Amino acid sequence: MGAGSLLLPSLPAFSRTVAPEALLEPGLDVSVKKRLADAALNAAKSKGATYADVRIGRYLNQFVITREDKVENLINTESFGVGVRVIADGCWGFAAIVDARSETDMAKAAEKAVSIAKANATLMKTPVQLAPQKGFGEVSWKAPIKTNAFEVPIKEKADLLLTANSAALKNGANFVNSQLFLVNEQKYFASTDGTYADQDIHRIWPTFTVTAIDPKTGKFETRQALSAPMGMSYDYLQANPTDKITGITTRYNMGYDILEDITAAAKQAKQKLSAKSVEAGKYDLVLDPSHTWLTIHESVGHPLELDRVLGYEANFAGTSFATLDKWESKNFQYGSKLVNFFADKTQPNSLGAVGWDDEGVETQRWDLVKDGILVNYQAIRDQVHIIGETHSQGCCYADSWSSVQFQRMANVSLAAGKTPLSVAEMIKDVEKGVYIIGDGSFSIDQQRYNFQFGGQLFYEIKNGQIVGMLKDVAYQSNTREFWNSCVAVCDQRDFRLGGAFFDGKGQPMQSNAVSHGSTTARFKGVNVINTARKI
Amino acid sequence: MTILTEAEAKALLTKVLSYSKADECEVNLLSEERGNLRYARNEVSTSGSVTNRNLAVQSAFGKRVGVATIDEFDDASLEKVVRRSEELARLAPENPEYVGVLGPQQYLKANGFFDSTASISSADRAAAAGKSLTLTRDANLVGAGFLEDSYGMRAMMNSKGLFAYYPSTNVNFSLTVRTPDGRGSGYVTRGYSDFTKLDTSSATRIAMQKAQASADARALEPGKYTVILEPTAGAVLIENIYADLDARSADEGRSYFSKAGGKSRLGDKIVDDRVTIYSDPTNPELPASPWSGDGRPQEKTMWIEKGVVKNLAYSRYWAQKTGRKATPYPGNLIMLGGNSSLEDMIRTTPRGILVTKLWYIRPVDPQTMLYTGLTRDGTFYIENGRIKFPIKNFRFNESPIIMLNNLDALGKPERTVSTESFSNHLIPPMKIREFTFTSLSDAV
Repeated sequence: MGAGSLLLPSLPAFSRTVAPEALLEPGLDVSVKKRLADAALNAAKSKGATYADVRIGRYLNQFVITREDKVENLINTESFGVGVRVIADGCWGFAAIVDARSETDMAKAAEKAVSIAKANATLMKTPVQLAPQKGFGEVSWKAPIKTNAFEVPIKEKADLLLTANSAALKNGANFVNSQLFLVNEQKYFASTDGTYADQDIHRIWPTFTVTAIDPKTGKFETRQALSAPMGMSYDYLQANPTDKITGITTRYNMGYDILEDITAAAKQAKQKLSAKSVEAGKYDLVLDPSHTWLTIHESVGHPLELDRVLGYEANFAGTSFATLDKWESKNFQYGSKLVNFFADKTQPNSLGAVGWDDEGVETQRWDLVKDGILVNYQAIRDQVHIIGETHSQGCCYADSWSSVQFQRMANVSLAAGKTPLSVAEMIKDVEKGVYIIGDGSFSIDQQRYNFQFGGQLFYEIKNGQIVGMLKDVAYQSNTREFWNSCVAVCDQRDFRLGGAFFDGKGQPMQSNAVSHGSTTARFKGVNVINTARKI
Repeated sequence: MTILTEAEAKALLTKVLSYSKADECEVNLLSEERGNLRYARNEVSTSGSVTNRNLAVQSAFGKRVGVATIDEFDDASLEKVVRRSEELARLAPENPEYVGVLGPQQYLKANGFFDSTASISSADRAAAAGKSLTLTRDANLVGAGFLEDSYGMRAMMNSKGLFAYYPSTNVNFSLTVRTPDGRGSGYVTRGYSDFTKLDTSSATRIAMQKAQASADARALEPGKYTVILEPTAGAVLIENIYADLDARSADEGRSYFSKAGGKSRLGDKIVDDRVTIYSDPTNPELPASPWSGDGRPQEKTMWIEKGVVKNLAYSRYWAQKTGRKATPYPGNLIMLGGNSSLEDMIRTTPRGILVTKLWYIRPVDPQTMLYTGLTRDGTFYIENGRIKFPIKNFRFNESPIIMLNNLDALGKPERTVSTESFSNHLIPPMKIREFTFTSLSDAV
């Protein structure tokens, strides 16, 4: 179909396609944004709101999509508008308007939000209890990027992907699809608490899939990129040698070498065609951070979202096994004593890093699981009283000015081991194991007990040595059993981020980007299944 | 807001095309309004409405193609978007797969627009949700639901004289009811084009019944079982066959529909004789647009007929390259069934499992179309033709192809909503032998 931008449902509503140059135009001056925001805040208060916040958002996306020697699609979109959220008569109300430029527009949106709040209040039994938040005055935060990818000519970006595709084809791939996703959120937040936060957030994700086919058997195998989506910009594609982790295959930290990775991927996809099919059974798993991020995301990040615990997501994403009584007991063993999970919205170069969340709370780092014990959740201002806190941890986010902000996952990471341990030393101790690199198939139940994960690369470990490649591997476990089977965690030298660029939640669904860090970790006696079937 | 009539859409698109200086120009128009109401813990949590309109202009100079979109429809903006698409086309590399726009086409008549849905007000939404909330509150159960309606139109016109217009409406309702102690959970979903067909009270009673009946679930050993999949459970597996219908991937050797030696499974018998899956925009129970996004007519098309692969979906480029008919991707999914009711199917089952919903379906191996996922919100053990007790949820690893080879019986098709894609499909309840459950889940 002709409408290129309509092909990607994850684009924010009201995005319009623009010329690439338009993405470099400056947004509204901060003084204009403050004037507009004040107009909305004042209108809300005058109509009876006891609290109001305004988000003036300009969201830029650029996606470059290629296959083999062709650029399939170039997408440039810009979305600009305002969302106003209020509490009136004890109830939330929200209204959004596209392309708001005048104080009159702002006042209208605020008035609509108040009228919706008052209408909804008639159905409400328990008024909103909003944790107090001090105002920060006029503040700003900017992602620490070196090269703005939007300023790099489109041709250079397309050429990079086409050169990578060519390297894949030269090294044995039959097909290759590659994409570069770039996002810039320019967000201005203001609230009746007295915060005016101007923030500039960048995200990048270079990724690919190479496919190798054996025409004789009709079998095919793929290998996806070992890149991570990052809260960075074009600097992520300018890798230094120190960003590379060498070993059975090269992995990446704060810089990514797509040409090197795609060359390896093409060879490995071919190698997979003749790799040994795994024998189902119990294995020790050695999981690389390029894989573990997704297991953390699904089995730790989601179940420790307080809205899920309380039942607000019961009809779609589900609830959580990590119920309040388990947290209150102060002795719920989520994982082994080596397992420490922390949430951190200040983590440098992470997808979730910002200065203030979407309800004016300064971001922070806090513990979720300490020495294996469940100690906290991720919450927002209208929830924290339920867990006895007086201050929100800053987990509020909306994916667009047109979406109402709600509780979203912070960056959640597995802390590095405190004792020095390298990956090589870890593998030496494994008698029968599988070393998994990269994320693959994933599925978990609605309360986050039972899960199944695949990967990109699987290597068999026998008596402390990697002996060859495996395929058809997936592991099944139960969250608590799995994290309690964690017997070794490598030290900080191996700490890397992975992440989700498009994490869906809510009805209507909103997208969130979030990073998860870890070092290589070992899990004892995990159930591995063989996924090959005969038809 | 009111959406554009056919005459208004035609006038607007004609005006847009009048600004074009490109070799070829094609314009797609969308105008829609969506409303929703969400509730959880027996309280309304959020509600909203969104108006969306969008015009996409595709200009081509030779094989250089550019697309620009806009949401403002004044003359200056319309001319600007045409110019921008032309600038982007001039900057774009040649697209060797661009095959030009289509000439005028004939379309079937499909009726997917109902005034009842187009005129839903926030009060109607509140009333529909209110009926559901009253029932769950009165029964001391906990309801979390979502009601979402939409009405809108799509139209397209191009410089070769093609014009297409299709207005449609839809309403989806879903509800999860849980017991206050969290030991039981039931789900229901309904999707209609016509809002008057939505009865949130009767739907709510089904979810309530499942919530109450699923408490105190017992654990069965994982393994191969005869299962009866209610339409909502079956839909999420069957729709993945559709997702794989791309002829190019099959010809390229990288899908389930590929075969050794560079061939595809077109013409092969892949599942039980009783399996027929087709699309038809004129189906009165599941109307769909009679044209695809690039203006190709959507006809009644057999995809799998009596177990045999009859068609694969071709882009116009791939059809031209391979000398095949350019059959577009289907606009709806209809699976034929039998006449037996779900109750009949249970009655004739000596030992089996009733699955009412499947969740978190993800591909595991594309070569065999192997998927994993879990049962959710009401799974029951059947013995000697009767539901004996609720059972704990299972994880499955199964291929819809293997499943449809192990077909035991089909019931009467129903319109249901996929819990993965939110698309509406017509799917029968299915009784399947040897469905593979691989582990137990404690989730309720």
